[in-house]
Amino acid sequence: MSGVGVRGRGARFRSSLMGYGGLLPFVFFALFPFYFMIITSLKSNAELYNLKSIPFWVQSGVITSHYSYLFQRTDFLIWLKNSLIISVVATSASLVISILAGYSLARLRFPGVGSFGTAVFITYLVPPTLLFLPLSQVVVWLGLADSIWALIVTYPTFLVPFCTWLLMGYFRTVPREVEECALVDGASRFQTLTRIVLPMAVPGIVCAALFSFTLTWNEFIYALTFVSQTAQKTAVVGVTADLIRGDIYYWGSLMAGAVVASLPIVVIYVWFLDYYVSGLTAGAVKG
Amino acid sequence: MAVGDRILEGAGAPRVGALERVRTWWEQEHVFGYGLILPALLLLVCLVAYPFGMAIYFSLSDYWVGSPGSFVGLDNYRALLGNEVFHQTLRNSFVFTSIAVVLKTVLGVWLALLLARNLRLKRVLRGAVLLPWVIPTALSTLAWWWMFDSLYSVVNWTAIHLGLMSAPGPNWLGQAGYAMTAVITVNVWRGLPFFAITVLAGLVAIPREYYEAAEVDGAGSWSRFWHVTLPLIKPVIAVVTLFSTIFTFSDFNIVYVLTRGGPVNTTHLFATLAYQVGLNGGNLGQGAAISLFLFPMLAAVVFLQLWYIRRE
Repeated sequence: MSGVGVRGRGARFRSSLMGYGGLLPFVFFALFPFYFMIITSLKSNAELYNLKSIPFWVQSGVITSHYSYLFQRTDFLIWLKNSLIISVVATSASLVISILAGYSLARLRFPGVGSFGTAVFITYLVPPTLLFLPLSQVVVWLGLADSIWALIVTYPTFLVPFCTWLLMGYFRTVPREVEECALVDGASRFQTLTRIVLPMAVPGIVCAALFSFTLTWNEFIYALTFVSQTAQKTAVVGVTADLIRGDIYYWGSLMAGAVVASLPIVVIYVWFLDYYVSGLTAGAVKG
Repeated sequence: MAVGDRILEGAGAPRVGALERVRTWWEQEHVFGYGLILPALLLLVCLVAYPFGMAIYFSLSDYWVGSPGSFVGLDNYRALLGNEVFHQTLRNSFVFTSIAVVLKTVLGVWLALLLARNLRLKRVLRGAVLLPWVIPTALSTLAWWWMFDSLYSVVNWTAIHLGLMSAPGPNWLGQAGYAMTAVITVNVWRGLPFFAITVLAGLVAIPREYYEAAEVDGAGSWSRFWHVTLPLIKPVIAVVTLFSTIFTFSDFNIVYVLTRGGPVNTTHLFATLAYQVGLNGGNLGQGAAISLFLFPMLAAVVFLQLWYIRRE
């Protein structure tokens, strides 16, 4: 705990030693599966399927053939491209819708505003697993079945409530006086939103964009249900569903696929770590 | 500016008047407010509320993929309540959710307390601990699948070499109790960061004077935790636990990738059973009825959340 201050150097040293020691098992638990994923993707089949070899590191030389298999013999690049298109389009559309709704719900006074806020909160809590069956039929009726458009259209159903809820919190922190000044100076309401409020809410918008992109890229049940054609799959579903072959010797390429398909998220995450932490602690994220 | 004025002059008075009227209408607070939420509202009505209504209709009909069914009343629910696999799923869901949420809460508070220490590597450690929550669950679960492999499990290998297990060790995903343990482990692994980081935010917000006062009173570290820390982070814990209960109860990814509900349905949850019956089996009516069993849980949690928020 943070009751340092008064105590001496020795106590401080002991406290941080205990801190690191206590955290070690947690960090190991959190990171080992990723380490194991990477190690597996770099081992030769002969080593992977030898019960006598030590599983924790590469003994007989690092190989990259699982990766080249992935890029040359499967639709992996197409899946990555699909995921990228879906994530970018669904995130941008959801952000625009949510900025408008979030601003309205956080700042404007009109009859029913409280109920709309509650409705957004409730839809935010609806898990996708509750609606995937009827949505699979809606997607068929809209003529979008089996294409990436099925996902671009349905992902905003969980992105918009989430982003709206997150952004409402950020919009509330913009001082009301600033807005009122702009209105008095003759700016229209829409100008006040785009020129005054939005620039002040940039951290919130970045945060919403990051979380939306992550949620979209990682989404599984809709992508699995609405799309069955290989060339239209997302990276996550393509790796999970299409890389498992008849024989049992697929682990190398499967893990290689998992590593590469996670990479974009890891890069964004490392780059924007503080936004992720602050977004989570805004207390409004699905877990 | 001057150019704009000239255009307005040229346009003539009546048109300006109409435009002006539209503008003043739009500038009214309530009109503008409704206008801005309209896109979101349309989306939620068409793609959340309407499908929800459809789910209820499906569950009351014998709707199969490709054949519009007819109304059958509560037959689907009646059939489910008399179905052994459904009973099993119900039991699994409660076992899975309660154990996973309790573990996540206890370990999450513990981890948050450790992370709150003023360590030099604080930022890196938080980043590392949060990673399982950020990576696509379906993909990280693939790694766990391999770690629990029937023949090459690294868990068994380690336990055998440490002398904790006799060879060949359990078949994690093929034996009833072990499969549930595996599924819960992965769920805790993935959900723990969310608890820890959120509780940590609550911890950081506690004013230091509280601890200093407790220290002056001679309180030990356990008593400080029990009498100062815990009461102050209780609201955060309550909210996180409620959130997590919904999303653990409705989990799909982990079970689908790891066990597909097996062995012999011992790890099926509502979502995976609904997928199997509704999509693989094509029985949309019964599938919808299964996923609607998530609804009472959802409603209870929403009610508790709103009640809690109002009370605060």
